[in-house]
Amino acid sequence: MGFDILLELPKLLWLVIGIAAFMAVIGVLLVLVDRGPKTRRDHWQALCFLGPAALLLLVGLVYPVIRTTFLSFMNGPSTAWVGFDNYVWMFTQPEILVVLGNTLLWVLLAPLLATGIGLTYAVLVDRARYESFAKSLIFLPMAISFVGAGIIWKFVYAYRQAETDQIGLLNQAVVWAGGEPRQWLLEGPLNTLLLIVVLVWIQAGFAMVVQSAAIKAIPAELVEAARIDGVNGWQLFWHITLPSIWPTVMVVLITISVQTLKVFDIVRTMTGGNFDTSVMANEMYNQAFRYNEYGKGSALAVFLFVLVVPLVAVQIRNNRRSRETQ
Amino acid sequence: MSSPDPRPPATAATRPRGTAVGRVGARLSTRAASAVAVVIAVLWTVPTAGLLISSFRPEQQIKTTGWWTFFTSPETTLRNYQEVLFGRPSSGQLASYFINSFSIAVPTMVFVVTLAALAAYALAWMDFPGRDWIFVGIFALQVVPLQMALVPLLTLFSQGLVVGGVQVLPAWDLQGAFQFTQVWIPHTIFGLPLGIFLMHNFISQLPRSLIDAARVDGAGHGQIFRSIVLPLTVPALVSLSIFQFLWVWNDLLVALIFAGGSVEVAPLTARLAEMAGTRGNEWQRLTAGAFVSMVVPLIVFFSLQRYFVRGLLAGSMKG
Repeated sequence: MGFDILLELPKLLWLVIGIAAFMAVIGVLLVLVDRGPKTRRDHWQALCFLGPAALLLLVGLVYPVIRTTFLSFMNGPSTAWVGFDNYVWMFTQPEILVVLGNTLLWVLLAPLLATGIGLTYAVLVDRARYESFAKSLIFLPMAISFVGAGIIWKFVYAYRQAETDQIGLLNQAVVWAGGEPRQWLLEGPLNTLLLIVVLVWIQAGFAMVVQSAAIKAIPAELVEAARIDGVNGWQLFWHITLPSIWPTVMVVLITISVQTLKVFDIVRTMTGGNFDTSVMANEMYNQAFRYNEYGKGSALAVFLFVLVVPLVAVQIRNNRRSRETQ
Repeated sequence: MSSPDPRPPATAATRPRGTAVGRVGARLSTRAASAVAVVIAVLWTVPTAGLLISSFRPEQQIKTTGWWTFFTSPETTLRNYQEVLFGRPSSGQLASYFINSFSIAVPTMVFVVTLAALAAYALAWMDFPGRDWIFVGIFALQVVPLQMALVPLLTLFSQGLVVGGVQVLPAWDLQGAFQFTQVWIPHTIFGLPLGIFLMHNFISQLPRSLIDAARVDGAGHGQIFRSIVLPLTVPALVSLSIFQFLWVWNDLLVALIFAGGSVEVAPLTARLAEMAGTRGNEWQRLTAGAFVSMVVPLIVFFSLQRYFVRGLLAGSMKG
């Protein structure tokens, strides 16, 4: 049975009904909010406006976070308490140690490379003739899915036997350079590095746009004064540009680090986590949803959470500081 | 909110000046700089171009020759697209998944943007006890990785909620198109913390005098929201809508867990990831399929780039 528009109609119908019903509820809410009891403070009004979102967040985030924390101290089917067993398992099982090592490699490399390349490019194309076009080129991968990006790069890494023509660009480049084609995604630890390339490719655009905006916000007088003093481009970058945009660089680094910790789609699409390329988010998915080991999966999720918190804490502190200096 | 691209006009005074030697040096470094920029631009564009070109080549050629040979022996076909979109289920049947992606992304976008705008208004302009604490709490929820919420939320749908042996909420046993509901809700929830935060940034910046004047005239909060706040926050609403739409359209994790892989509800990303795993060498399908999934984000990106950039600069951290 192939594609049949008749089979698709219920989906579109449910889409329309879903949106219409939601809008009707909101419409009623907007009328009710002004008909409520008149009190000195806005109890009733706040309940109408904030209630739906707050309820969803309580049921869908607050409760699950607490429950996941409990589950991480229980066994696979969540029937008995096992203390710290799942955490001990995480740090002693050789396969999981590989996963943790890979995640560390991701977090060390991807944010630095993406931020560095983004910054370099932002500086280089700043006020160039085709600036906005040049920026769109780098920025474009931001719009597409990690799955799409994974397929794009899997094609770049594709392998054909040495006697035949190569179809993957990387192997062709190797052949042109006189080397032997290789199965890039099967050999560790190189394969993890090649997966990291994909995330860098996606995130560099984000890094570039945000840092470019910061560069443009540097006061023109500052740059001009330095120019008059005979400073060259290199010195200008190190002494004026970089110090001026440093807070933004940190924000970008941390934002990408948080994204990197949670990377899942790229690994899933390109290697499925095989050949020693798995990362925490992928392992969490496997444990919880493929092997039904809820305890172990939850422990991995909690550990991920613990890793993300300090990064975001730094982010918030920086935010507050920059707001105070404004 | 600042404009996305504040570009002071480059005047002669900001260009490098100085001695002849300095000028030559500057020109050389400009050349090197341009070369580096071009190299980066090429590296960033070629992989996508290769995929796009390949998707229009006949199967036999994709599998035996590199896409760069296209320039010496160009031969194009739309067959890959026809197969992958409308062909047998085993070759993708992506048209169905395309509709699924839409049916997931569009309602979620409407839900998140609406609920976030309402909540942000309440947090910014209403007076009720605990307001600041609730705001801090929602702000903190941005930190929570999705992974923390997946298992309990899925159990909630599949088994309902049992407290002390009493079934408080029944299990959801949805069939057919109704299963989309089960995907809408997690996506909406996961989009809310950032959505509320972004809308609050914007709505709380509105001039107090405006709101106060309306209040003095006897307008209720509902009326103020409809007639003053909504029209003024259109740019922020558009930015958030774009981001929310793209996140959900591009998401894989939530889709895998709450929609599974069935043709009834699974989105394009889930289907493509599956094809990449099980049919990793069927490049005629993967290239065309990947492009089918990229078309909508690319259209959104090119037509609404201004809003996209603005949203990005307003702080985009998604849990």
